[in-house]
Amino acid sequence: MMCSLALFPPPLPGDGETSHYYSKDEFTTDPSVWFEESHALNLYFPRESLKPHSRPESSSKAAFRDHCETLYTRSAGAWRDAGLSGLLNEIANSSAEVPKWLGVSSRCVLALLQWVSSFHGSLFPHLTLSSEEMTAEFSQVLDWSDCAVRGFAWHPHTQKCAVALLDDSIKIYNPKSSTSPTLKHRLQRSVAALQWKPLCASDLAVACHNCLLVWHVDPTSLSTRPSSGCAQVLSHPGHSPVTSVAWSPSGSLLVSASPRDTAMLVWDVAVESCVPLHRVGGGGVTHISWSPDGSRLMAATPSSLFRVWETRMWTCERWPSLKGRCQSGCWSPDGSRLLFTVQGETVIYALTFTDTPGLPLGMSGGPKAATVVADLSETSLDTPDGDTMVGGEIQSLAWDPRGERLAVLLKGDAGAGRPAMIAVFKTQINPAFKLLPCGFVQGEPGTEPRLMQFNPNFRHGAQLTVCWSNGKITHVAFYFMSARVPQPGVGGSPPLPISQGRPADYVNQTLYTELIS
Amino acid sequence: LATSRRQAVASIAWSVLLLPPTTALYVVLSRFSLFHPLQWLTECLTVLTSASAIFSFILLCGVVLLVGFFNLEYYSVVPSIACSKIALLGHVLHPRQFFHSLVHCIMGVVVAWCCAVTIGGRYQALGEVTGTSHGPQMCLNENHLVLLLAGAFVGYSHSLLGLVHNMNYISFHTVQQYKYLCFKGTLPLVMRASAVQALYSLRNFLALYFFMGYVPRAWVCRTLDLQVDSSVYSLDCVSGLLDLSLLYQLWISASFLLFTWYITVLLFRIFVTEAYSFPVQPTFQEDAHQCLPEVITGKQPTILKFLALQDLARLSNHCPSRRQEVFSLSQPGGHPLTWTAVNRECLSLLSDLTERLVSHHDNVASNGRTKFRSWVLFPPPGGSRSWVLAHVHHPLTSSLMSIIPSRLPSCPSSPHVFPHVHHPLTSSLTSSLMSLTSLTSSLTSRCGPWPICFMMSDWVLFSLQLPEASSQALFADSQAHIWALEGLSHLVAASYSEDQYGVVQTTLPSILSAMLMLQEAVDRHFKLPHASSKPGRSSFSMGDSSYKTLRFALRATLKTSIYRITATFGEHLNAVQMSSEHRKRLQNFLEYKE
Repeated sequence: MMCSLALFPPPLPGDGETSHYYSKDEFTTDPSVWFEESHALNLYFPRESLKPHSRPESSSKAAFRDHCETLYTRSAGAWRDAGLSGLLNEIANSSAEVPKWLGVSSRCVLALLQWVSSFHGSLFPHLTLSSEEMTAEFSQVLDWSDCAVRGFAWHPHTQKCAVALLDDSIKIYNPKSSTSPTLKHRLQRSVAALQWKPLCASDLAVACHNCLLVWHVDPTSLSTRPSSGCAQVLSHPGHSPVTSVAWSPSGSLLVSASPRDTAMLVWDVAVESCVPLHRVGGGGVTHISWSPDGSRLMAATPSSLFRVWETRMWTCERWPSLKGRCQSGCWSPDGSRLLFTVQGETVIYALTFTDTPGLPLGMSGGPKAATVVADLSETSLDTPDGDTMVGGEIQSLAWDPRGERLAVLLKGDAGAGRPAMIAVFKTQINPAFKLLPCGFVQGEPGTEPRLMQFNPNFRHGAQLTVCWSNGKITHVAFYFMSARVPQPGVGGSPPLPISQGRPADYVNQTLYTELIS
Repeated sequence: LATSRRQAVASIAWSVLLLPPTTALYVVLSRFSLFHPLQWLTECLTVLTSASAIFSFILLCGVVLLVGFFNLEYYSVVPSIACSKIALLGHVLHPRQFFHSLVHCIMGVVVAWCCAVTIGGRYQALGEVTGTSHGPQMCLNENHLVLLLAGAFVGYSHSLLGLVHNMNYISFHTVQQYKYLCFKGTLPLVMRASAVQALYSLRNFLALYFFMGYVPRAWVCRTLDLQVDSSVYSLDCVSGLLDLSLLYQLWISASFLLFTWYITVLLFRIFVTEAYSFPVQPTFQEDAHQCLPEVITGKQPTILKFLALQDLARLSNHCPSRRQEVFSLSQPGGHPLTWTAVNRECLSLLSDLTERLVSHHDNVASNGRTKFRSWVLFPPPGGSRSWVLAHVHHPLTSSLMSIIPSRLPSCPSSPHVFPHVHHPLTSSLTSSLMSLTSLTSSLTSRCGPWPICFMMSDWVLFSLQLPEASSQALFADSQAHIWALEGLSHLVAASYSEDQYGVVQTTLPSILSAMLMLQEAVDRHFKLPHASSKPGRSSFSMGDSSYKTLRFALRATLKTSIYRITATFGEHLNAVQMSSEHRKRLQNFLEYKE
């Protein structure tokens, strides 16, 4: 039995001002969902107030008058700025000053280099993209380049979040403190992802244009502009742009990935040393996701291949022969299941890992094939305003930390009248894996969701934080009684704000049920 | 012990096995000629199968075996850190190091001779017959001599740089990989490092030869009764040294030499640091000395203790079944013997470090900054636990004592006798030497010659002191503490759900207080100057500089460990007995404010 969107309750047209003013029945179609009336961390970043950096790599050159430098100085500058190809270019362009043989040979070498790189580019088409385009292409954020909010990260243990904005600054919000520090750094450009270090109060890893920054933001400090001395710069030659970072759940290691670098880097942040993990094939690493129990790591590549690493001895198993590249992936809280989506397809796949993690050669009990658990192809649903088209390609997946809700960000297609949308599933992991329809999350009219993340510290169920295209950040809460035993340390049993709203018949429909074998 | 020996022998065997391909590559590169590819390849084949090549290959095998033996003899898991340049000089002049350098120098000559034989042509032999106006005559072949001298120089500089960059220090990686993958990943770096290091060594050698080249040449000519051929240029002039073919051969040979040695070092490191899984409980009584609690509490050798601690950290994180064995009770008696042994050893490691940090801090606080007095009169080893302490500080202290033995004893604790004089003096002295002379004259009249003498030596030592080094030395063996912290915290966190008999609960207060005390000491230490400054990232060389940043790793691990316990136990920790000061600190952790 596989799920499809046709079984979903239709989305209601939104007509309020801001999403958190909706009452429960007007806004969501899930009877057990309503919004909190106000939230301390409902944020708004108007797109107009943020100035993007339009600074290309060496734009300062144009601001100065041309100055006659000797060939040697110019060559040294070109070597420093653009490496070997820059040097050769400089020599080839100043044919009047160099001996003829040098000019000719440098032109030949340059042509050869270009030919090799174009050949390489034809093997891996993503290498022809510029860094910015690459980040936009592989980011988990929908339409990254034009989005006011480029990244969002909840602290794993406390109510605190970090927001990366279009102007390359990062703001940290904590409802308990009056100051909200703004982090800016010379190297903090085109932030693609950010994540707080687990089991730590202060460390925030940021994937930037050509390096990785780890900020140490003292939670007791009253400063609103921590100096750039609070940031550790981690860079490695050839590792840019960084599009994904992931801390190990035990907080000891940090993994970073770049689509240009075939190696995934495992950092020991305190020591600032890294171990590159090279594997042939794929042409880079775009997205990484660590399983919550820390035993496995998914690494997607720009080609139709992804890897699942086992983190004890760092061996990997390859998952080739997809239809396209792996776009997004997320792990169940117990680390036994990996859901992933493929670019160009409208289904969600699942991999089940049955072996007990930690045994030597832990990949022995791994799955042999991926199963399709949900089909999100386009369907039209009846709404009071007429039929609405929903479905399509999937941008990203998010699973709440208790494993009860799965949010799917659908890309949508403005031309075909399909807006981007978030579909939410109810999930059950034990005793059998189940997917049930829950509903859609929509914003104000004309806005689209761009980025979503579940709040790991919400005690009464699940809370999905959504960043909208107009720069607003809102929080959608799903109240439920967790079937699982609450995590130690998270708190006692939650109060019971279970909705007694209209019980709809589709609630008991199981969309995907795994056969217990 | 037997296993680590076996690993070392296996690493040496692998490096010998890797020698044939390396040599073949060297031959191919050394005979490289762009315009005669066919001739080039056939020549390579004939050389590789010739008797002289096989003989020199056997020599090379001997050299690699010797290098492997030296690695085994000289390695350490705790780096020896020189706190001042004088101490470093003491290290260099130490007889043990001198022997190391000498043997490496000779091995360099041997390898260079093998290279010369392999290259053939004008490098083949030391003497050559030339026909002059006086008939045929044995003449010195300077190309050959330069090659041999370069080999000696590179061998010596390898030994010297190995000491300076702590190449005999073996660090454990946080990311464990299989040996083959680890080797494959590091191989390009080693290639690059050997090529670059060969370039630098060669530059230094050529500069030296340019100025001093005539000395060995004249010596060789005299002892071997060779003539200097006046018709060829001598090589210690600019035009002689700018021979591209010679430079290329020198560079390739030096790279080959360094590469084979680096490979030996690399394989040795990989094999020795491979994670080893100790049995937690002995299956038979006679194996009891090999199981984890026994090895962890054992003293010697250090590498075994480190491996055991690493295994503890790994089992506590990854293996539920082995964790269960740690929490289990002994069969007759019902005592948690394993847990008690592990816990006691880890706590003693932590308290040892705390003690060391506190005494260092007290020394600094009482004197305003670190004095060499504090090194010499470092707190005496407190019982049997301080096996590391003695090891780290011993060479330092001894070298200092050997260099300034006469001045110290006769000077009765001068900083305390003349505190007022001493303090402004040293600060002004560091600023200028000119003021020194005037002050000296004025002070000599005031308080006699001895304090001045002491101050002089004190000042000289200070000006030569390497910043951060004292901080690095304090944390030199912190890898052990890091594993102890990880192991303890993971075990405690796991005990929340896995410990059936409550063996961990009884020790929770002592674990928490040990960690919090260490946290306080580390916090205080990082407020000292130089303690929190990061060393510049050195470009890649074979020396492992990770010991320079161990203190940062320890600080991060300590915080994470405390957070791991607080995040697991949460509010339940309020029921644990502890002092109010510790409770306050712990509350900060519970609220995520540290």
